Amino acid sequence: MSDVRKIATRESMGNALKELGAQHEDLIVFDADLAGATKTNIFQKAFPERHFDCGIAEANMTAAAAGAAAMGLVPFIATFAMFAAGRAFEQIRNSIGYPHLNVKIAATHGGISVGEDGASHQCCEDFAMMRAIPGMVVMSPSDDVEARAMVKAAYEYIGPVYMRFGRAAVPVFHQEEDYSFQIGKGEVLRDGTDVAVLANGLMVNEALLAAETLAAEGVSVQVINMATIKPLDEALVLKAAQRCGKVITCEEHSVIGGLGEAVCALLSEKCPTPVRRVGVNDEFGYSGPAGALLKQFGLSAEHLVQVAKELCGKE
Amino acid sequence: MTASEKKQLMIAACKVRMGVIEGVHSAKAGHPGGSLSAADLFAYLYFKELRVDPANPKWEDRDRFVLSKGHTAPGLYAALANRGFFPVEELLTLRHIGSRLQGHPNMNETPGVDMSTGSLGQGVSAAAGMALAARYQGKDCRVYTLLGDGEIQEGQVWEAFMFAHHYKLDNLCVIIDNNGLQIDGPVDQVMSPYPIADKLKAFGFAAAEIDGHDFEQIESALAAARQTKGVPFAIVMKTIKGKGVSFMENQAGWHGKAPNDEEYAIAMKELSAQLAEVEAM
Repeated sequence: MSDVRKIATRESMGNALKELGAQHEDLIVFDADLAGATKTNIFQKAFPERHFDCGIAEANMTAAAAGAAAMGLVPFIATFAMFAAGRAFEQIRNSIGYPHLNVKIAATHGGISVGEDGASHQCCEDFAMMRAIPGMVVMSPSDDVEARAMVKAAYEYIGPVYMRFGRAAVPVFHQEEDYSFQIGKGEVLRDGTDVAVLANGLMVNEALLAAETLAAEGVSVQVINMATIKPLDEALVLKAAQRCGKVITCEEHSVIGGLGEAVCALLSEKCPTPVRRVGVNDEFGYSGPAGALLKQFGLSAEHLVQVAKELCGKE
Repeated sequence: MTASEKKQLMIAACKVRMGVIEGVHSAKAGHPGGSLSAADLFAYLYFKELRVDPANPKWEDRDRFVLSKGHTAPGLYAALANRGFFPVEELLTLRHIGSRLQGHPNMNETPGVDMSTGSLGQGVSAAAGMALAARYQGKDCRVYTLLGDGEIQEGQVWEAFMFAHHYKLDNLCVIIDNNGLQIDGPVDQVMSPYPIADKLKAFGFAAAEIDGHDFEQIESALAAARQTKGVPFAIVMKTIKGKGVSFMENQAGWHGKAPNDEEYAIAMKELSAQLAEVEAM
């Protein structure tokens, strides 16, 4: 484990855009004065003639991208999740979602792991907002390999897509070889029978670590990466609930409106199952180093171990 | 502009106005005031200016028109129908369940509608994005967008203006319908946007101020827009809200209200008389 490669998924996104850009001239990128942070500057260096800085004006950027999509281009728009899903919500809803235009929203700096910038920049509500828009695909990758594959899948898909990438460098656990990504499909990373942990983003790796610890204590954990939050892989969620009888969701997002609620809604209608939602508990974040914040907010393997034991009656 | 051309435009504008009144009356809801103030522009755009093909509404190299003030869809629909994009009779389905003519424009349902709009301030950004995309794609098409004078109170509009100038979108023509009235009253009393043309010039636009009911002035402003290179062009057109229907003219109350049967009859009688007068010219 000592030599695990780490990379922030925002950087993976920037790299993937550059690769895609070399193959597809209809791909253009809009950014809002954050190209160095969102990493679209990687694309910008390669293709300056089709990287458009919009300045600090996310509303215009979002609707302008809709216009470019209406002309047949495939625009990716990048800014922080707070300003993409949050500030430009209504532009996404009315100018991209309603006409179902082919715009890809590459939102970076999602969740509490934004760290030192504090609550104003820690967007833990984006899945909720984006899920509520009819026809919107909502995804969040867990590592570099998945993030790059996701960006490519988003390009190939016709229609609006919201992707959330992280600021912090996270371990790469997928193997590049024989890896394939499919929008709307969950990924069973580890089989188990006592409890199913459904996670996305950087919580997937935490879930894998927790499963390891729990195995040593006699709890068999199924770990599923739910990189696509909408459309939810309902068949897989139901299968996991039937197999394990207990479900834990975990995400770097409010427990309101994200993966947790999507899973609860599905299970309560089709397969009532005890569920615990691990996420940000309806509160704002604050400044601090990402790692320390994640621990404080219970977004850690340690906390998952606790929750799983409680749910399985092991404590 | 020949006398015959002008007559044809005047006939088209009368028909647009009649389509507005018929649609809004049939819907028992909608926005006649701003549809009527822009009726002459709609007629000029669809019968003279725009390079469009009603038989092929998705033609890739067509000029684009984005109705940023989307609530005046009845005017756009009436122009599109009279230009042959869909049957004029369909105007009577405005805002009815199952109709292609939604309360605000829907690009995926209505032939000829280039962008879904309705939430003020967003259409102008979409138009700017289209102009940028057209240039990147090497298309020689032009993009036109129509905003209300109340609409420019939206901050996003000024973001779009900055963007249009920064990227030197000289294929973009921004038109502002300065009818002077918004829902709560005169624009200068609600939240003054004045001086509009000076603000646009300060944002780097070339701008013309015209009478929006004068076809010669519309023509020369649009010609100037086409000839302007390196900067976007803005046309601020002074208009009369409710123009053409005596009791609707300059009345903020007719911003978003449908005429009852009696008012409908009077309005149609007035417009029919105007049409007959033009046709006799």
